[in-house]
Amino acid sequence: MIRKTISRIYLVLIVLFLYAPIGTLMVLSFNDSRTSVKWGGFSLKWYQRLLENETILAALGNTLLIAVLSAVIATLLGTSAAIAIHHMKKRSQSICMSIVNIPMLNAEIVTGIAFMLLFITMGNLLSIVGIHFEMGFGTVLIGHITFNLPYVVLSVMPRLKQLNLSMYEAALDLGAGEGQAFFRIVLPDIMPGVLSGFLLSFTMSLDDFVITHFVKGLGADTLSTLIYSELRKGIKPEMYALSTIMFLAVFVVLVFINLRPQEMSMTDRRR
Amino acid sequence: MGNRLIDLQHITKIYDGHKVLDDLNLYFNENEFLTLLGPSGCGKTTTLRILGGFETPDEGRVIFSGEDITSLPPNKRQLNTVFQKYALFTHMNIAENIAFGLKISGKSKTYINDKIKYALKLVNLDGYEKRMPDSLSGGQQQRIAIARAIVNEPKILLLDEPLGALDLKLRQEMQYELIRMKNELGITFIYVTHDQEEALTMSDTIVVMNQGYIQQIGTPEDIYNEPTNAFVADFIGDSNIFPGIMLEDKVVEIFGIVFHCVDTGFGRNQPVDVVIRPEDVELGTPGTGTLDGVVSHLIFKGVHYEMEVTACGREWLVQSTKMHPVGEQVSIHVDPFNIQIMNKPESEDEEAVVLDV
Amino acid sequence: MYRKSLSYPYLIWAAAFIIIPLLFIAYYGLTDKSGAFTLANLAAIATAEHSKALFLSLGLSFLSTAICLLLAYPLALILSNSRFGRSGFIIFLFILPMWMNFLLRTLAWVVLLDTNGVLDSLFQMLGLPRFKIINTPAAIVFGMVYDFLPFMILPIYNVISKIDVNVINAARDLGANSFQTLYKVIFPLSLPGIISGITMVFIPSLTTFVISTLLGGGKILLIGNVIEQEFMKGTSWHVGSGLSLVLMLFIILSMILSSKYDHGEGNVL
Repeated sequence: MIRKTISRIYLVLIVLFLYAPIGTLMVLSFNDSRTSVKWGGFSLKWYQRLLENETILAALGNTLLIAVLSAVIATLLGTSAAIAIHHMKKRSQSICMSIVNIPMLNAEIVTGIAFMLLFITMGNLLSIVGIHFEMGFGTVLIGHITFNLPYVVLSVMPRLKQLNLSMYEAALDLGAGEGQAFFRIVLPDIMPGVLSGFLLSFTMSLDDFVITHFVKGLGADTLSTLIYSELRKGIKPEMYALSTIMFLAVFVVLVFINLRPQEMSMTDRRR
Repeated sequence: MGNRLIDLQHITKIYDGHKVLDDLNLYFNENEFLTLLGPSGCGKTTTLRILGGFETPDEGRVIFSGEDITSLPPNKRQLNTVFQKYALFTHMNIAENIAFGLKISGKSKTYINDKIKYALKLVNLDGYEKRMPDSLSGGQQQRIAIARAIVNEPKILLLDEPLGALDLKLRQEMQYELIRMKNELGITFIYVTHDQEEALTMSDTIVVMNQGYIQQIGTPEDIYNEPTNAFVADFIGDSNIFPGIMLEDKVVEIFGIVFHCVDTGFGRNQPVDVVIRPEDVELGTPGTGTLDGVVSHLIFKGVHYEMEVTACGREWLVQSTKMHPVGEQVSIHVDPFNIQIMNKPESEDEEAVVLDV
Repeated sequence: MYRKSLSYPYLIWAAAFIIIPLLFIAYYGLTDKSGAFTLANLAAIATAEHSKALFLSLGLSFLSTAICLLLAYPLALILSNSRFGRSGFIIFLFILPMWMNFLLRTLAWVVLLDTNGVLDSLFQMLGLPRFKIINTPAAIVFGMVYDFLPFMILPIYNVISKIDVNVINAARDLGANSFQTLYKVIFPLSLPGIISGITMVFIPSLTTFVISTLLGGGKILLIGNVIEQEFMKGTSWHVGSGLSLVLMLFIILSMILSSKYDHGEGNVL
């Protein structure tokens, strides 16, 4: 009993620790005063101004577009890679998995500058043949796809391992072609893994700063790089308002998903 | 049993340098219940997968009604498989599972619905259309797997150890069910198992396999009563297998003692293997049989007692309804009809196999 | 399903955007401006300024990794023993905060840790000593622990929650008390998770430049800050690459360490 109470208290403390800054930002988004130190009364004015702030809205647009595109492309690339790797012989499988893991295990700053060197060299080489290439939206997208890939592969892989291969063979046996068997039988079965890979990718892309910082060049600010560039001048409270909206939106969605009847996850576990 | 339906000709399959099947020749008739029987690794499942189209043989051909289907993919073959662990589609309900093959081949809705009803009736699971596979017991899932296969009206149903995951009672029940279904459908069942009892109960024909070779083909009675070699004898039920010398026709010597038998044509003074089923060893009071021994072990097995008798320095396995306590002196007698003489395996390799088992 | 060609798009992508960029770092790190081979960029780590930054980074990241481990292990045990572990709670705990921008989340600690900030005021109210850690290495460690704690909890939790209950029951059955069970059975079995957690916290801590910029007041230079400045302030890409190569030595070391102990059970996911 005592142990249970202590456990509860500990859990609450950790949650407090993880959510204290988030709570702080939410409070600040309603703070009438511009400075973050003083409470100037409740106000919704930052939410109003957010709608008029084109810089922030443009960065939001970039951020979301990059997150969606990079997550979609990484999911397609990563899922097909996972399937291929799953069927490889042990040796090539472990070599491939080490490559998959590199962007996740390597330091972000190293990945970032590696990209920067690649893109700048590419730009120099292409300018020789008269093609203009510089860092921007495209290079940020490439960077995000690359660091999203391991999350997709690692989400799909366990699903493939659980997949009963004879289900695929049964589909062929019952007259389905390879494509039909894949889309009707295999894909639905690994879908939870594919989806969680997609969502993780989306979240990682949204939250990234370091790699974007190195590959964005002059244009293509995301929310993260915009915030970083505002550090000196002080962060605009509109940013707090935007973050609060995004956070609460996701919170509501997650609560909704988790409060659904647990049927799905029950059958998942039995498998 | 009707005409030849499918022919395996000179099939060889090699995995990682290891020959799983070596020049296998086998044919299957219409409306036949044929069992491929053997220990794990004997090549029976590989044979089945070659029939189903999941493996391509390295050498040899598969002929189906006169047509070469060796490299035809599984979805183009007129046979269906019941997989070892059922392989039901877990995200579809029972009706959708059964309808899968029919939808692929573009059958009409009413036809599909009729077929589902018919199939569920056949496997005694009427009314289960809307259930999910996860909510069914192992035995029920097994029946659905069969229903899903047979609605496509295959000429041959391949069954890969379909009862392996079920408990004993259910397994026996399903054995009768399978025989009934086979008779009702009038198609060929090719059944893979390592369980000799299952094979003996259900089959019209048994093919005993070991290490990629066919050891014997025959009816259950043939296989049980007249195994062609020590491997088959040992694999099908318990056996006493002794080295002997065929002195002349109908006379064999085991451990220096002469037994009479009914086999002829082995020549004179030829070394042979002698198989005696434990239920064929008759025990009596000392001095009344061919040789005497002492009971060294006794186990009650329900239907009968199983005893080991030490005689001539060897253990004789005996099954009898009459109990003889450990330490009792007994005589051993074997009816000449019940002594089965087999040639010694020719190659050392084959002998090694026998010792292995 | 079995087609090898499915892996080609990925392999091409990986070659172009994972392998080749790393070769660029190696090239720049081992050459000078004229393109001649040199080890001078690697040796640049030995200058007083750089080695001070490296040692400070190593120290702070060791410290934050240790704190993360101490905080995470009991939490992982608690989560794996309670029904929270089985619901979507884990996701709420670790994935959801990522939807509040990483920079803002970290910056919020400035408000909380600042002199006369929330925590300082709380300490004053309770009559405790003043809480002044902003712009000190302590604040940086604080930020590291905050940002990377989930990466320690998740792998340990994943491994512990997969331990067969009967293994623990067997230990109890054989006479071990709950502490002995933890120490002799659960702990050794959870090692892959711990190793994986350590690499997942140590490497980002060692290489960060954001946390030190945000919470160190711009006065404290970590090795990450040095490298970032070499590139973004345009000082020298060659020296920056050379320092990165030195940094990668630590990364490769910990990757080898983790692959030795971890056979996939300790994955973060």
